[in-house]
Amino acid sequence: MKLSLGPVLFYWNREKLLDFYAEMAEQPLDVIYLGETVCSKRRALGLDDWLGLARELGECTHAELVLAGLALVEAASELSSLKRLCDNGELLVEANDMGAVQLLRERKLPFVAGPALNLYNGYALAELIDCGLQRWVPPVECSGALIRNTLEQLDSLGLARPQVELFAYGHLPLAYSARCFTARAENRPKDDCQICCESFPEGIVLHSQEGEPLFTLNGIQTMSAKVNNLLADYAQLASAGADLLRLSPRAEGMAEVIAAFDTVRCGALPPLAVEGCNGYWHGRPGMLRGDEVVL
Amino acid sequence: MQLVCPAGSLPALKAAVRQGADAVYVGFRDDTNARHFSGLNLDDKQLDSGLQLIREQGRQLYIAVNTYAQPDGWARWQRAVDQAAALGVDALIAADPGVLAYASRRHPDLNLHLSVQGSATNAAALALYQQRYGIRRAVLPRVLSLAQVRQVAEKSPVPIEVFAFGSLCIMAEGRCHLSSYLTGESPNLCGVCSPAKAVRWQEDAEGLSSRLNGVLIDRYGKDESAGYPTLCKGRFLVNGQRFHALEEPTSLNTLDLIPQLAAIGVTAVKIEGRQRSPAYVEQVTRVWRSALDAYAHAPQTYAVQPQWRSALDSLSEGSQTTLGAYHRSWQ
Repeated sequence: MKLSLGPVLFYWNREKLLDFYAEMAEQPLDVIYLGETVCSKRRALGLDDWLGLARELGECTHAELVLAGLALVEAASELSSLKRLCDNGELLVEANDMGAVQLLRERKLPFVAGPALNLYNGYALAELIDCGLQRWVPPVECSGALIRNTLEQLDSLGLARPQVELFAYGHLPLAYSARCFTARAENRPKDDCQICCESFPEGIVLHSQEGEPLFTLNGIQTMSAKVNNLLADYAQLASAGADLLRLSPRAEGMAEVIAAFDTVRCGALPPLAVEGCNGYWHGRPGMLRGDEVVL
Repeated sequence: MQLVCPAGSLPALKAAVRQGADAVYVGFRDDTNARHFSGLNLDDKQLDSGLQLIREQGRQLYIAVNTYAQPDGWARWQRAVDQAAALGVDALIAADPGVLAYASRRHPDLNLHLSVQGSATNAAALALYQQRYGIRRAVLPRVLSLAQVRQVAEKSPVPIEVFAFGSLCIMAEGRCHLSSYLTGESPNLCGVCSPAKAVRWQEDAEGLSSRLNGVLIDRYGKDESAGYPTLCKGRFLVNGQRFHALEEPTSLNTLDLIPQLAAIGVTAVKIEGRQRSPAYVEQVTRVWRSALDAYAHAPQTYAVQPQWRSALDSLSEGSQTTLGAYHRSWQ
């Protein structure tokens, strides 16, 4: 089982990003995803900076480096940026929008299909394989059974399986909107947001009126408040077809998270239960925890 | 511009036709469409008689098979496509690349529209669906500003349909798992959002509460009117403040934008609401027919009539309407 570090979904400043990746370069990771996937106004690092960072990381780590693209591509300027990203000439690209799939397909470039692409069955997967998909990160709401069935459907079509990467750890990216909810919470119009999301390195927690944490506001993206964690389910992950586990960056403690997954993949017994949620994996509401799922 | 109206039942279809819809869109009675609600949608017999009426009146019938197929239910989506083709519908509205591929290969003459659930918000994405599946129209998600609709339409390889009126999805359609996070059922896979079976109403000393799978979505005081607990329209706590953190209960209404949409070259405007009553469909269709006819008759002097506005306001969520993402300040 390989371990990957997903793209940073929150907005961190340049210094924090560079410090973070310097630390990540020393971790037992097989793949590191770079790039901005949430908001085109977040420009702490531009495309050239990301490519420069990738070259530096390439010298000090054996991890494969991948450049992830924006998930919601609306403005013509965003489409132009996406073209430049696809034309980077060095790194594999993760497509998070069908527009990116089209650009990569036109260039006959292989790609990773990120979790924001709606691929839920073997026939859909076969279509994207025909476009150049070589690794599939299923939508976060997919259960283990759906993933297993999708891969078996692909087998029945006589197609080789792509690599399969599961969103195994982190706040789940659940939705994308035109509206910036961070700016709304800060009472600012989106066009004058002053990049206020930078003040919230792990987003803003949205609670119910009873104080139950429900979601995390992260700009135009809405995430789970709970952290999805599949470590306790480790034994089932490979048998469902997973080749890689994606660990999605949090503001603190990622080295410890990576170490915990690394220990288990090296043979240690997985924990019986973990904090956070894993309901989606079990075909239940995503917010549920392991012990609630068993009931 | 063509007026495309919803029908979740045969009476709603008749109402839409009676009031001048150019096309009516419907779904089969299962999870192959994005309004898979109990008691909703048309059975085979109703589809036959609906189609007969449509043909007599010279209108069009579209069928939505616009959820994402689950691998173990693939045969259902295949059957829905085959059935739509056998009926001879004027368009099949679909989102799943697997479903679109099957439809375009098995039924090359079937007119395909990319569903809003396909979440295509840019010209490159539209080119993919056009080149691979030969779609002949695309419905744009309700996340684009008017300027962005113009940009997309200019570069689009296919004619564009946009949402004109109805419930407002504030998330990009096809890109929202909030419902499955709380309830296990999502628009993409199950054709439902905030499903009715997960809703609980509770009256206590603090007032009326609405819950979704146990999670408090909103609590109403005595003088407040309660709405369906669609989870993105609840009141939540953010930084200690209680407010509609995602969106207020409101409906999209773009009567004001008809001239701009026409200038952009939008081919069709769509009314949301297959889950609504025949009376609702009747009234909304009547207003929109009047407005589109008034614009076609005298584009230079087009103005929204107060009676159109009040009729639509009274049918809207929270009795209020918005221009939504079309208007940049909403974002």
